[in-house]
Amino acid sequence: MTDFVNRIAFRGAEHEHGAGFLELRDVAVSYDPAGTRGSSARDRALALEDISFKAEPGEQVAVIGPNGAGKSTLFRVVAGLMKPDRGQIRLFGHEPDRHICIAYVPQRSRINRSFPATVEDVVMMGRIRQIGLFRRPREKDWAFVRTCLERVNAGHLAKKQIGELSGGQQQRVFIARALALDTELLLLDEPLAGIDLPSQEQIFKTLAQLRADGVTVFVATHDLNLAGERFDRVMLLNRRIIAFGLPANVLTAEHLLEAYGGHIHHLGETGALVVDDHVGNGEDGRDLAA
Amino acid sequence: MTWLLDPLGYGFIVRALIAAIVVGIVCSVLGTYIVLRGMAFLGDALSHSILPGVVIAFLIGWPLAVGALVFGVLTALGIGILTERGTLKEDTAIGVIFAGMFALGVALLSASGNYTIDLAHFLFGNLLAVSAGDLRLIGGLGAAVLVTVYLFYKEFMVITFDEVLAATLRLPAAFLRLLMLVLIAVTIVTALQVVGVALMLAMFVTPAATASLLTRRLPAMMAVSALIGAVSGVTGVYASFYLNVASGPAVVLVATAIFAIVFLLNPGRGYVLRRV
Repeated sequence: MTDFVNRIAFRGAEHEHGAGFLELRDVAVSYDPAGTRGSSARDRALALEDISFKAEPGEQVAVIGPNGAGKSTLFRVVAGLMKPDRGQIRLFGHEPDRHICIAYVPQRSRINRSFPATVEDVVMMGRIRQIGLFRRPREKDWAFVRTCLERVNAGHLAKKQIGELSGGQQQRVFIARALALDTELLLLDEPLAGIDLPSQEQIFKTLAQLRADGVTVFVATHDLNLAGERFDRVMLLNRRIIAFGLPANVLTAEHLLEAYGGHIHHLGETGALVVDDHVGNGEDGRDLAA
Repeated sequence: MTWLLDPLGYGFIVRALIAAIVVGIVCSVLGTYIVLRGMAFLGDALSHSILPGVVIAFLIGWPLAVGALVFGVLTALGIGILTERGTLKEDTAIGVIFAGMFALGVALLSASGNYTIDLAHFLFGNLLAVSAGDLRLIGGLGAAVLVTVYLFYKEFMVITFDEVLAATLRLPAAFLRLLMLVLIAVTIVTALQVVGVALMLAMFVTPAATASLLTRRLPAMMAVSALIGAVSGVTGVYASFYLNVASGPAVVLVATAIFAIVFLLNPGRGYVLRRV
């Protein structure tokens, strides 16, 4: 029983600041296409291989690549939600599944929208490890939750029920929840897909504040132009890292052709990039330069 | 007023009322998690699967709670083993074990003396026969369940709302799920005499479902659910006394009537008002 209590009350891994922030070394991840567990190793398909990179505190990285490139899988292993088959992931010198400072916002959170919780209740859920086992949120915790909501410009939504929000508002609330858990590494999977422009602009404002706070942010996106304009570095992924570096060095015709095959068009005059990704997924295959 | 007070002259009615209130509250509070987690079928299966445990304990003179707990946990583990490696879907595994265990319980009971009377009591409860000792057991176990729900309130809420968040917060999901199953099994023991195995699910689901139509925050949903559970219990006992119907079904029918009224007339979201 003490073991159980320790595991619940466990406060997360210590941060060894000399150990470097985030480092992946030769990471490979496979999955079973048939979806049945316990299949033999040779039935498994590789989702990611030879993934090695480092990231620094406060950096903002766009992760791009075609559908099925492994962007979500990369986020899930970095968040410690799944184990890599091979290789090492270290955050502040420890494996990610011991950290409570990683926030992962999936593309579509599988939440019950009729759940009886207001927006501030949902943000408070990110705070429960700081509040501690057996304790109730106190006034200072609620005040902190309101600060987090203000930072994504969603203070006015605090008393709304979570199911009453639009997609963009819900995305901002999940970012506020990430702020509430004192995140040092924020992983946003397609936060910009299918949300309104004001919400999109608000998310970039919040990201700018996070840069000042030294929070590292990885954003998976299909929007190559935003990736090129708004981020410090760009990672071009297609099972392997095809290129990782300054946007201008990554977003070259040669690299994009390698990642996307024939489905990329460079609109010469404007410099805009268009991905013709209809083959993989119709929903995201819209004209990204429009 | 005499019709309200007269029954209180009987000790067995007072005990029945106390038991109905306590069980109404405990089942309805835990029921909010069952409703929100979509565990209704599992709850029903667990209620039926504890029957062999209760019967064995009854036959050898052990506390019924012990038998129920052992079989509750065995059932949960059995479902886990059958669904491992994707051999069977969860609802299939639950169905197989649920029916098998229930049959075992009925078979064991049929081999003993007062088959029909005992079976009816296990199936539908026997609220009017609650003894002072039963009341202590119901009160003790009920309090333990409520205290546990209070202590792990935040963790249960997060794991119910968003499993990905629960995982990145490194909450011990397996432990919390097992704890929830144990709480359900313990609550089933407290409710055994009030509504019995066959109608248990109604006490878990109906008040919580009614509360979900009326509230927008979890603590409010739990409070309203508990209130409906307690009111159903009390009204059911009186109905049983005056209309001479079995107590368990009476309690469940009152809870169902409250649900129907709220569903039809709920301000803003009611079925009838939406259509007017």
